[in-house]
Amino acid sequence: MKRGAARLLRRLLFAVLVLAIVLYTVFPFYWAVVSSLKSGAALYTVEFLPASPSLDNYVAVFRGQPFGRNILNSVLVAGSVALVSLALAASAAFALGRVSFRGRATLLVVILGVSMFPQVAVLSGLFELIRALGLYNNLLGLSLSYLIFTLPFTVWVLTTFIRELPIELEEAAVIDGATPWIMLTRIFLPLMGPALATTGLLAFIAAWNEFLFALTFTLTDEMRTVPVAIALITGSSRFELPWGRIMAASIVVTVPLILLVLVFQRRIVSGLTAGAVKG
Amino acid sequence: MSARAGWLFLLPMLSVLTLVAGWPLLRTIWFSLTDARLDTLDAYTLVGLANYRALVADPEWWRAVWNTLRFAAVSVTLEVVLGVIIALTLNARMRGRGVLRAAMLIPWAIPTVVSAQMWGWMLHDQYGVINEGLLRLGLIAEPIAWTAEPSLALWAVVAVDVWKTTPFVALLVLAALQLLPDELYEAAEVDGLGPVGAFFRITLPLIWPALMVAVIFRALDAMRVFDLMYVLTGNSRSAASMSVYARQQLVDFQDVGYGSAAAIFVVLVIALVTALLVTFGRVRLGGDAR
Amino acid sequence: MERGGRSRNGGRAVAMKPKARRWRYAQSLHLGMPSMHKHVAAAFAMFLGLALGPAAAQTRIAIACGSVGVEAQLCREGVAEWARLTGHRADLVSTPIGSSERLALFQQLLAAGSADIDVFQLDIVWPGILSHQLLDLSEWIAPELLERHLPLLLRNNIVAGRLVAMPWFTHAGAMYFRRDLLEKHGRRIPETWEEMAETAQVIMRAERAAGASRMQGYVFQGRAYEGLTVNALEWLAGSGAAGIIAPDGRVAINTPRAAEVLTAASRWVGTITPRGVLNYAEEEARGVFQSGNAVFMRNWPYAWQLVNAPDSPVHGRVGVAPLPLGAAVLGGEQLGVSRHSRHPEVAVSLVMYLTGRAEQRRRAIVGGMIPTIPELYAEPEVLAANPVLAQLRDVMADAALRPSAVTRGRYNQVSAEFWNAVHDVLSGERGAAEALGRLERILLRVGRDGHW
Repeated sequence: MKRGAARLLRRLLFAVLVLAIVLYTVFPFYWAVVSSLKSGAALYTVEFLPASPSLDNYVAVFRGQPFGRNILNSVLVAGSVALVSLALAASAAFALGRVSFRGRATLLVVILGVSMFPQVAVLSGLFELIRALGLYNNLLGLSLSYLIFTLPFTVWVLTTFIRELPIELEEAAVIDGATPWIMLTRIFLPLMGPALATTGLLAFIAAWNEFLFALTFTLTDEMRTVPVAIALITGSSRFELPWGRIMAASIVVTVPLILLVLVFQRRIVSGLTAGAVKG
Repeated sequence: MSARAGWLFLLPMLSVLTLVAGWPLLRTIWFSLTDARLDTLDAYTLVGLANYRALVADPEWWRAVWNTLRFAAVSVTLEVVLGVIIALTLNARMRGRGVLRAAMLIPWAIPTVVSAQMWGWMLHDQYGVINEGLLRLGLIAEPIAWTAEPSLALWAVVAVDVWKTTPFVALLVLAALQLLPDELYEAAEVDGLGPVGAFFRITLPLIWPALMVAVIFRALDAMRVFDLMYVLTGNSRSAASMSVYARQQLVDFQDVGYGSAAAIFVVLVIALVTALLVTFGRVRLGGDAR
Repeated sequence: MERGGRSRNGGRAVAMKPKARRWRYAQSLHLGMPSMHKHVAAAFAMFLGLALGPAAAQTRIAIACGSVGVEAQLCREGVAEWARLTGHRADLVSTPIGSSERLALFQQLLAAGSADIDVFQLDIVWPGILSHQLLDLSEWIAPELLERHLPLLLRNNIVAGRLVAMPWFTHAGAMYFRRDLLEKHGRRIPETWEEMAETAQVIMRAERAAGASRMQGYVFQGRAYEGLTVNALEWLAGSGAAGIIAPDGRVAINTPRAAEVLTAASRWVGTITPRGVLNYAEEEARGVFQSGNAVFMRNWPYAWQLVNAPDSPVHGRVGVAPLPLGAAVLGGEQLGVSRHSRHPEVAVSLVMYLTGRAEQRRRAIVGGMIPTIPELYAEPEVLAANPVLAQLRDVMADAALRPSAVTRGRYNQVSAEFWNAVHDVLSGERGAAEALGRLERILLRVGRDGHW
């Protein structure tokens, strides 16, 4: 009986832990949903369920600016950044993780060094560059500039994962006469499913959330991405923070990301069951 | 594979990075050695290290450095601890795991400026929900001004940052955990190790590389922090980070020379801290594949 | 339609020849007498062009104005009307709400020589900062048209002898108070800051004793940002202490009187003002006042409509008055034209239309934007739409200005050092005398001993 009690206790503690985690991560989101359904003076009162919920804020968000277009812009930019980062980083990780050559350590440190640069510092230089390339107020300009912060961590993470793969795979491939390209695309990449999915997702989200570059490198409403669009949501006076509307816009924007994660989860799991890692 | 083939694989990534990072970097270093101002960008003179000397002599700069280091240390530690706990929880097989993972990612998915606004509102002293809750529970007598009080402001920012970026660490650790084969745990049970022992003796050493990557990148991000502090506390000197200081000089005061020097100094500080982390974290940089 | 020939000197009997009058006025504004005739002719041609019909080719320019709800709407309507009259087009570019983000964007664009935006809406302190990049409008606009605006605002917009922006709308801080509470406790509208503090203390104590446990005495903008500079200058303005920088460039802030004023203000925090005020901007203060938890609030006129909205908890119980001792520091917006604009004549014509009497009147009545043409302050419809204006118009003529025209490009730094010094005093981190001494040393270094 003691064994059963101990197990029950463990289960209970576990459930409490899970509940605490869920509450911690979800409560502000819940609060945002509640706020988005309130309007006017009701926002200043603290209540856990809105007294008279309405969808006014959601309607106003789409009416006040081309929000649908902004969402599309964000999807395009973040998606392209994630794909390009993965492609470039996978190729680089192959060299950095599986080939020994002089200067490899230095190179990794230099790539890390790029991450040390605060956004503010590269802002003016990048601005000059974007204008020189004629990419001002253009989604391509944003995609290009985001690579500056997605590439370093993508390269590092993929390098770390690719290093853990067993050497026997490589030897077998060499015996079979595979070229390095085949080795990368047919053998290593499929095994790195979880890592690719994870870093792709993180790169996507980083590009999705980026604010400073998006604010500086775009000018017209149609070219804006979501964080900037949300920051520009206006109330009826210059000082008023249209809180209800900002929350409504945030909900609209967060939901697709959550769906994305749900989709990617299958990928992570299927990568596991493929079983190649276990030899 | 030959070294030359290796460099060929590196080329695409390196050329993009040089273009997008190299040029702006050089430009900033150049400007840091001049007295350029934003409104007269074509007319400036070289002043050598004068900007750096002025920076070293500015007590507000060192205050910003100290704020940033404290913020990064506390923030990253909390994130790693919580992230590992959450990852371990999610790794267990249970019902609704998918939904839980999605829930966990919510803080990360919300744009920083929005979550900063959201928390700023929740932490508001007069009608924020946090104070309301604490008052109702009887834990405090008077509402606390979380983001206004000079002594509390920095920790309010830490709390929001931890909430926001723990998912990043959790996700990386989770991916590493899921690559660990089950046999290891079976062996541990046979050996009589409890869950805690199994964690410290088996799991932790194996996920160490991935964990260190997470720590390093989180530390880098934390030392570069800008959005969060700017939105929650503005340019307030008690919670200003190095980036807030640099931006204020560069953009608000239009002092391109001095601001660029501050930005380069940020890089140096971060480089130093990272070097320490890499050394003590025993991260393999040049090691071969196993 | 505005015609330059007629002048409205409001009863001046002396008949001077037109040219001499222009020269006299130009002198009084310390402007050079430029060869403005050809520009003025071009600008008037734009207006006269409408009489001939929209025969000219349609030019397209861009204006960055009114990023926020009502303002944006008003601007759009004004621009549409101008477009209808002149046959040209102007696109509205939306900009960040945050004032310093907007400035940063403008600075970036102008420094890069971009022609993306032709007409800029400028906060009152920006003409000084951006003066290099803006056209000298005195070469384009006739003095009669300039004359009708508040002289104080024109003075603000003249940097190194060049008029770089036209006044568009203005406002000054006002003291909002709970009329019902003042009546209930038999107090009058305070005329000095000490009286305000005392009244607030008395009422706050009484109300808290009666059960309103959240009642505060006075809320204002105490966050470390530009709003604090304005608030602090308002405390200094009425009490005889000089401003931060004198018109001749001297650092004038470190005086015993100024230290007294700041010390008095620091005593409010923690007694009649919550500690949270150290992070309050306009909206936070309004939130506290509007939910019925403050006796006094300092805020801009925009808050009047919100505080009196039907769903406001303090609806019908609020009054507004000028700040104690008639203190006022002007805020507001101007319109400037970029030096890099490809169509300066069209841009200037848009500016002239928007800052003209008819448009300012419309904006005042429809949107509550206080005009910069003092004539309009006497019009009953304008007053009906802006009750706060009735209170403020007398103090606005003598209002103080922030020293941006003197400090030019370094204004932001001056203001930041000032607001940090004030914030340190309010939060108790430093004593007033120490903070001001330190501030003076910093400003001397920044201003290179008066050579801004």
